[in-house]
Amino acid sequence: MAELSATPSVQPGSAGLAPLPASPRLRRAWGPAFEAILIPLGAILLALVLFGLFCKAQGQDPFKVYASIYKASFGSWFAFQNTLMRTAPLMLTALCTALPARLGMIVIGNEGALVMGGIGAVIAGLAVPAWPHHLALGFMALSGIVWGGLWISLSAGLRQYRGVNETISSLLLNYISIAILNHLVNGPMKDPTSLNKPSSFPIAEEIMLGRITFGDFTMRVHWGLAFGLVACVILWFLMQRTTFGFQARFIGANPKAARLGGLPVNRTTLITCFLAGGCAGVAGMVEVAAVHGRANESLAAGFGYAGILVAFVARFHPLAIVPVSLLLGGILASSGILQRAHKLPDSTSLVFQGLVFLVILFSDSLYGRFKIFKP
Amino acid sequence: MTLIPPENLERFTQAPASLDLYRITKKFGDFTAADEISLTVPPGTVHALLGENGAGKSTLVKCVMGFHPATSGEIMVGGHVREIQHPSDARKYGIGMVYQHFTLVPSMTVTENLVLSRPDVPAAVNWKRETARLEEFMATEAPFKVPLHKRASELAAGEKQKTEILKQLYLKSRILILDEPTSVLTPAEATEVLALLRQMTVAGRLSIIIITHKFREVFSFADDVTVLRRGKLAGQGKVKDLDRDSLAAMMMGGTSSAKPVPSAPRATTSTSSRRTALRVKQLSVLGDNGLTAVKDVSFELAEGEVLGIAGVAGNGQRELMEVLGGQRPAATGSLEAHGQPYHGTRRDILAHQFHTLPEEPLRNACAPMLSMAENIALRTFDQPPQARWKWLLNFRAIRKSALPLIEAYSIKTRGPDTPIRDLSGGNVQRAILARELSTLPLKILVVSEPCFGLDFAATDFVHQKITEARDRGVAVLVVSSDLDELLKITDRLLVMSGGQITYETPTATADLAVIGTHMAGHG
Repeated sequence: MAELSATPSVQPGSAGLAPLPASPRLRRAWGPAFEAILIPLGAILLALVLFGLFCKAQGQDPFKVYASIYKASFGSWFAFQNTLMRTAPLMLTALCTALPARLGMIVIGNEGALVMGGIGAVIAGLAVPAWPHHLALGFMALSGIVWGGLWISLSAGLRQYRGVNETISSLLLNYISIAILNHLVNGPMKDPTSLNKPSSFPIAEEIMLGRITFGDFTMRVHWGLAFGLVACVILWFLMQRTTFGFQARFIGANPKAARLGGLPVNRTTLITCFLAGGCAGVAGMVEVAAVHGRANESLAAGFGYAGILVAFVARFHPLAIVPVSLLLGGILASSGILQRAHKLPDSTSLVFQGLVFLVILFSDSLYGRFKIFKP
Repeated sequence: MTLIPPENLERFTQAPASLDLYRITKKFGDFTAADEISLTVPPGTVHALLGENGAGKSTLVKCVMGFHPATSGEIMVGGHVREIQHPSDARKYGIGMVYQHFTLVPSMTVTENLVLSRPDVPAAVNWKRETARLEEFMATEAPFKVPLHKRASELAAGEKQKTEILKQLYLKSRILILDEPTSVLTPAEATEVLALLRQMTVAGRLSIIIITHKFREVFSFADDVTVLRRGKLAGQGKVKDLDRDSLAAMMMGGTSSAKPVPSAPRATTSTSSRRTALRVKQLSVLGDNGLTAVKDVSFELAEGEVLGIAGVAGNGQRELMEVLGGQRPAATGSLEAHGQPYHGTRRDILAHQFHTLPEEPLRNACAPMLSMAENIALRTFDQPPQARWKWLLNFRAIRKSALPLIEAYSIKTRGPDTPIRDLSGGNVQRAILARELSTLPLKILVVSEPCFGLDFAATDFVHQKITEARDRGVAVLVVSSDLDELLKITDRLLVMSGGQITYETPTATADLAVIGTHMAGHG
């Protein structure tokens, strides 16, 4: 009894974070969920304040800057579609970091896997220009998955069998994949008509990925958005609801205990990383099949790196990736307006992303620190 | 508490020191790790502290060193009662410790290591002066030489240990506590180091407490010996008045008290006629340091038998356990379950119903972040009803199957969804025991330290469960450093020492003294 009374139960509101369920039962059920939502939100708020100070230092009114960002990302249907177009690849590349994170790995080879997926999709698309539309797209997507998947599996294999740190190897593989892309579009795959911007031959117009249409209503947004949404839901289901996901989570929590249960640690790791890379590969396929129509250096536009940020902000939760991608897609979509309306350099949005990333990483150290969330 | 002025301190530390512990008690919560232990180390003597793992030796010594102040009791240094609340207090009174593992910085030279160890390292070190001073110390005071300019990484193990001892002399320690100082040394190195220490005590420069498992060291180097057992004083005396058997008896808790008591009616069939469930064939295993930890171990485990492996912890049991649990590859040799090769894959585990429960379950057998129910489901999550169509998880079934186990094993938890790391150590142990023992078709069970951290009632409960399992034909292997436990529940005993099985005996006719000497590495 003495032990029990030594740690008095938390008084609601005593920590200054008032609006939480007061009853212990509610708090037990929702405390962790509130923690998982409020801490990232608080972190983003802090990042907003820091970015505001940055704008102030640049001689801009931060509130006007935020108003512009909002207008350029969510302010109109046109702006919102711009945001959605950026959301699609972000969801897919974010999964490339989020899935291996369940296994306790930090993979940051998203950009490389996206590029390899793009290359794979172009090769597949060039190989079957006359196939029926859906079949050709399916083939391209499959090729993107395989190329991107094998790329990240390489990192996983190096880790499992050779003890190479997966963060370093996947980062370095990014540079290699971009070099491979440059080699291909300047050499064997070069379209002689692409002079200023060396590119591969274009894939046939008939097998491009179209825009989302509902009856008469056509969006400017391509079907890649649906790919991203579906991937997030499927992979959430795989990780949370299936025996495979259970294995992966158990391995992530303690590989030694997983071995005790006879779980195939190496196989599960390789498969998970293949799926992760496959997602980024699909992002590359979407960029090729829906946006560029060919492979060139525009593939490495930074969606991979931004995906790392999304995964961290979403705390590696596949479903949380969807809203976070939307948010970051909005920030990316508004980078132009910062330059035009506020004379801020367009890399300003990178400053913002960087701030968010740092603050989110910092906020990771806060979990479990607030008594108010404790059941 | 009086602070000694520096000039007196110098004189004080020069004097031959004695150390008296008077009724030292250390409690951790409800658990009493050391219970009213008194011992005396007269100036210039070696006092051996003997006992099994968890007997309270380290706890006692840590009280003296100020790592965790004693709950009650008094420490006297040189005849004065001293309050030791912090390691710096111990240093002030001239008490120094040499650890089992080296504390030298490998990339630094011996000189740098020695200077670094001083409590008052100046911000800018005048290396010329320090080197000169150290060289003088080496020439005049040091009883043995170590190369000052060499890097610690270039020294042999024996030289490193000598440097550690020299460091204590350099720091003007007059009472030295050595925690298994020879466990990392070869026998020749051990003899040399201990002989040097012995010389220094005879010369009246040091008083020594040495923690050890090895009888040989007690008989060759110690003047007095204190035996601890489960936190209590089990025996004390002059080494010259004791012999091996009486020491072994003290360590094991007295030959008279621990009679093997089979706790359930035994099957009448003899071991030889039963089917072999598990066969370990010439198994050798490398430890974390790449050295052979298990050497050429072979044994058989029959159905309906409880086989015990006794031994002082750190003699290869952990590595053996990890191979049996599929957590560590074998270097050579093989495992056979029910006559078939066994590789520890999930299919093998299921086919042979071979469950392993390693020591420290939270570290070795749990996913700490996952819920208790999920941890309990480790063995069954891919079987119906917890899995539908082989791959779809049924969380309701997982939770539901955890509930009766929480009840049956009286696990104290807020519910099956609590992350298992939030449970107390004893409750984690119960949860994992529930996982490994509750499967009905269980055929082979390997457990290590199954009752560590459990209270008496829970211990009895676990023993009863193990006996029940045996009686329904399960082959059970119990690895434990608690000999009483093994005597109580096993049918047959193996003793493991130095990575090898050195002795085998039926439990019913086991001779404690013989087991003790084999555990201590003789025989």
